[in-house]
Amino acid sequence: MRHSTKLPLYITIATFLLAYALCIAQFPSMLSTRVVANLLTDNAFLGITAVGMTFVILSGGIDLSVGSVIAFTGVFLAVVLRDTSIHPLVAFVLALGITTLFGAVMGAIIHYLEMPPFIVTLAGMFLMRGLAYVLSTESVPIDHEFYDWLQSLYWKAPGGGRFRLIAGIMLLVFLGAMIVLHRTRFGRNVYALGGSAQTAQLMGVSCARSTIMIYAVSGGLAGLAGIVFSLYTSAGYSLAAVGTELDAIAAVVIGGTLLTGGSGFVAGTFFGIMIMGLIQTYIVFDGTLSSWWTKIVIGILLFTFIMLQKGLAWVTTGRIPRASASAAQS
Amino acid sequence: MIRATLRRVAPQIFILGLVLLLNFLLSPGFFKVEMHQGRLFGNLIDVLNRGAPVALLSIGMTLVIATRGIDLSVGAVMAIAGAVAASVVTEGSHWLVAVFAALGAGALCGLWNGVLVAIFRIQPIVATLVLMVAGRGIAQLLTHGAILTFNDPGLVRLGGGTIFSVPTPIWLWIALALIVGIVVRRSALGLLIEATGINERSARLAGINARVLLVAVYLVAGLCAAIAGIVVAGDIRGADANNAGLWMELDAILAVVIGGNSLLGGRFSITASLLGALIIQSVNSAILLSGMPVEFNLVIKALIIIAILVIQSPRIKHSLYLLRASSGTQPPVERPSAPRRRSAGTERITEEGRT
Repeated sequence: MRHSTKLPLYITIATFLLAYALCIAQFPSMLSTRVVANLLTDNAFLGITAVGMTFVILSGGIDLSVGSVIAFTGVFLAVVLRDTSIHPLVAFVLALGITTLFGAVMGAIIHYLEMPPFIVTLAGMFLMRGLAYVLSTESVPIDHEFYDWLQSLYWKAPGGGRFRLIAGIMLLVFLGAMIVLHRTRFGRNVYALGGSAQTAQLMGVSCARSTIMIYAVSGGLAGLAGIVFSLYTSAGYSLAAVGTELDAIAAVVIGGTLLTGGSGFVAGTFFGIMIMGLIQTYIVFDGTLSSWWTKIVIGILLFTFIMLQKGLAWVTTGRIPRASASAAQS
Repeated sequence: MIRATLRRVAPQIFILGLVLLLNFLLSPGFFKVEMHQGRLFGNLIDVLNRGAPVALLSIGMTLVIATRGIDLSVGAVMAIAGAVAASVVTEGSHWLVAVFAALGAGALCGLWNGVLVAIFRIQPIVATLVLMVAGRGIAQLLTHGAILTFNDPGLVRLGGGTIFSVPTPIWLWIALALIVGIVVRRSALGLLIEATGINERSARLAGINARVLLVAVYLVAGLCAAIAGIVVAGDIRGADANNAGLWMELDAILAVVIGGNSLLGGRFSITASLLGALIIQSVNSAILLSGMPVEFNLVIKALIIIAILVIQSPRIKHSLYLLRASSGTQPPVERPSAPRRRSAGTERITEEGRT
């Protein structure tokens, strides 16, 4: 059990492959680049959100505001592009700036006022949703040639699958997150903070800076997810993306990250997203199952993965006396 | 006893008074209560009546949060209970049977959460997330995705009727609060719950059966959610699996937090949580009465909540305490260097020091 922390990740990947194999066994047409491309495109915004959520959860916190931030970003972009003549790229930068700042402020409140992340981000969720309402209560269509151009970008794979730009953005975000988490000091601090805030501080980790940065990353990525979502739907709607935070948390948990923080991988989150997307694709292919089965199956999956992690924890802690030598090496 | 409670809930009463005063300024007829066709009408009654679901939920939530837990599933349990009640009653059973079936479903959900938390030692937030995600699906399964409507007078009366000209939901939440309050405060149960929340390990070493206590607490939360679900279903004469109790768990948690109960467990006050629920409802009513564009509702609500929370945050409380103490004796607690984790202990000590 030298790499016991990676075992949940392997199990998640294995689950995904097994589930995909079962799907293909029933519907051979699911083995096509079209399905894979759609899986990536349809879950792009959720994936980007889940990356930010992984950072937060790894540090032992939680961010309930991401769904509202996505809706706000979408409405913000739509309203700005409708009422002003600034270029979408400038609007993107503005949106990212606002959402990153919003996340940073939440992080600062959490750290300096010593309030639980759950409550602070809950208030943030109300605030962002409210701001989206203030901007517009109706769905605002986005009609801009730059948007059309961005949407028309894709790489056509053999087999007819179209890997669109937003799928590429998601993959890039996942890659970037892996590099940041495993190759930078900030990434180490995230893990350290999640392991134990007190120990991290004694080791010289700046808790204030790390906490603020973590929530800023989550806010900024939620903003990016909002941009991707607006590219995906070509509209901004204040009621969009309700409950995305729960999907993101579920994906992170299915991906094998401990909600207590300190243990987990971004790659796991990726496969968590893919498993959830696969369930939806399966229901579409099947055609007779109702949409509520998605929720029930995701609930069951969540439960299974939590129990699995519990079981693993028991097995590994039971082996600590004998495995301590090998644990020290790894 | 009463004096101590009053001192404990003084900030909440003050905030509630402030919000009610704001309501009164916005609409001078706010406190007028009239009698129409044997039913009391008035804005104040509306606050008490519309606040009933959150008030009911906050009773169970207070106990759960006191054990250092959290129950995210109550909204979904409301949907399940409503769906069960509606489907039993539409099959022609007596409404009492439907109520008991719904309560049973709620108890079952609570038991599931409790077992996950107490026996399998899963973090409460994750354990209840499972039911939060799956619960709404189960409710939709029960209603086959449609809104199940019913016209049974008994069930409708629970949500929209009156007893002695006061709307039934008001009776329900006051009665439930009294029952739970008497049970936990007139016995050692409340103390045991607080002990479990402060330090489960030492509570267990002291001979408290923390496991049973935890399961019982989630069971009560499930029952409270079931009652709230019946009330909501009775009110709209139908079970809406998609929207019944949607995001109400968040309101309930907010009510408990506005009530000054720490999310880190320990000392709790059901009265304060109920006042928190009424504060939330009064804020809603004030926003409605102000005639502001509806779009601003959520922003104003968020800002008011943030203000209340910041005032109550451990850091600010501590500074206030230091300010007060600096004029007299030395403060008994040093500021801990480590953030968050240890602040729970400090807060508790300062609280005790003050009361």
